[in-house]
Amino acid sequence: MADSPSVLEVEGLTKSYRNTLAVDGLSFALAPGEIFGLIGANGAGKTTAISMVLGLVTPTGGRIRIFGLDPEKHRRKVLARMNFSSPYVALPQRLTVLENLRVYADLYGVPHPRARIDALCRQFDITDLRHKRYGQLSSGQKTRVSMAKALLNDPGLLLLDEPTASLDPEVAESIRGYLLSYRETRKAAIVVSSHNMQEVERVCDRLLILKQGKTVAQGSPREVLARYGSTDLETLFIAIMRKGQA
Amino acid sequence: MMRLRRIGALVRRHYYLYCGSLSRIVDMVYWPLMSLALWGFLSAYLQQSRLDLPAVVPVFLGALILWDVLFRSQIGVCMVFLEEIWSRNLVGIFISPLSTGEFVAAQLLVGFLRTLISSGAMVLLAALAYGFNLFDMGFALVGFYVNLIVMGWSIGLIVTGMVLRFGQGAEGMAWAIIFFFQPISAVFYPVSALPVWLQPLSLATPAASVFEGMRAVLSHGSFDTGLMVRAVGLNIVYVAVGASFFAIMLRLARRDGQLVTIGE
Repeated sequence: MADSPSVLEVEGLTKSYRNTLAVDGLSFALAPGEIFGLIGANGAGKTTAISMVLGLVTPTGGRIRIFGLDPEKHRRKVLARMNFSSPYVALPQRLTVLENLRVYADLYGVPHPRARIDALCRQFDITDLRHKRYGQLSSGQKTRVSMAKALLNDPGLLLLDEPTASLDPEVAESIRGYLLSYRETRKAAIVVSSHNMQEVERVCDRLLILKQGKTVAQGSPREVLARYGSTDLETLFIAIMRKGQA
Repeated sequence: MMRLRRIGALVRRHYYLYCGSLSRIVDMVYWPLMSLALWGFLSAYLQQSRLDLPAVVPVFLGALILWDVLFRSQIGVCMVFLEEIWSRNLVGIFISPLSTGEFVAAQLLVGFLRTLISSGAMVLLAALAYGFNLFDMGFALVGFYVNLIVMGWSIGLIVTGMVLRFGQGAEGMAWAIIFFFQPISAVFYPVSALPVWLQPLSLATPAASVFEGMRAVLSHGSFDTGLMVRAVGLNIVYVAVGASFFAIMLRLARRDGQLVTIGE
């Protein structure tokens, strides 16, 4: 698998908790430079799937390969080349933005941390916030700091949970623009979990819709819409989620 | 080199936390100093009462300071973990390239540094207010100190494992568990003062050997090598149990998804 062209390969990934099947035979692969949308209603299994890729949850079955490596066996090597951001995962509240970024730069072994932090602070317009405590920031500011943290190690695989949650439309659009340029320049693969269907349509090359742990649809947004004869992803998403509920 | 940098990152995280939190610094020294003041006055009173007790002030104050070493060491290890839960930062730590071993090493190091600060304050107060110099114990003090630190680490790892497994419901254990060991650790009285049925349990704690050894040094000026060897031997077992327990709980937490939900 070492010569695998995929950044991330997931094959038959399954997770069950006692009586609940949280993820059921999930399979997909991501090429370098690809943005992949993982969508589904709350409790569909998106977080569990991402948690398994991150090594936070042990799969019940299936296989994960990251950069062609088994993350169970090459945990440190793999984690050093990937990162994650979520509005549901915070940074220490009492530390300043700069202190937080410095700690994570050291955890990821970032060379020239000061220069990297300065560059990311400029990129996400948080330079003025560097000496503010993380806990004092607004939720939108926290999201931007979290994005800066997730890009500290220049990851080849970036997992983003609701990357533009709590952001005003202008900042959200600049983040989306940045992700598109980052995948272009870095050839990074990006997994985006989002409830914002317009965002998914705008940035994702391919998407996967999860419902109760199972894959319902997978392909490019255009392919998926064509398959279901729908005109937009939001309408399709609602239709899929309501199907079988009546 | 890289390994040290990652461990250093977590130590730095706690350094920043303490530098920016006066209440945490006060908490680290306030309680130890208050209990030392209380026991210091009591010891002085007993000494003046001319009761047939050997070296009351040094034995009581020495025991109190060393007990605090054990307590602070254990709570220090737990606090490193709890601070990450309280700040919802645990996921960030566990998805970084920091290995479990490095995380534990950082936990132990921060726990040790916290202990140095609180016991340093107590040693200073004991010397200034009661004329008691802990360093009169000589090199034996190093052995006592290290053994108590290591026992505290082991218990801290067990509590951390319990919090990982059972969530914040087990958080109270961080403060409570050490007091299970206090009566059987023969801190202020010899093991022989305990009921006969409790003595084997007492002798199974490294702390009991340390405190017996400390009393021998302070009362008779003699260092009991046998007690020190027993404390070291028991600590090897304690560390093995603590580390294994933590590793098993971490594996179970990953299996059951608790790393993601802890603190919610």
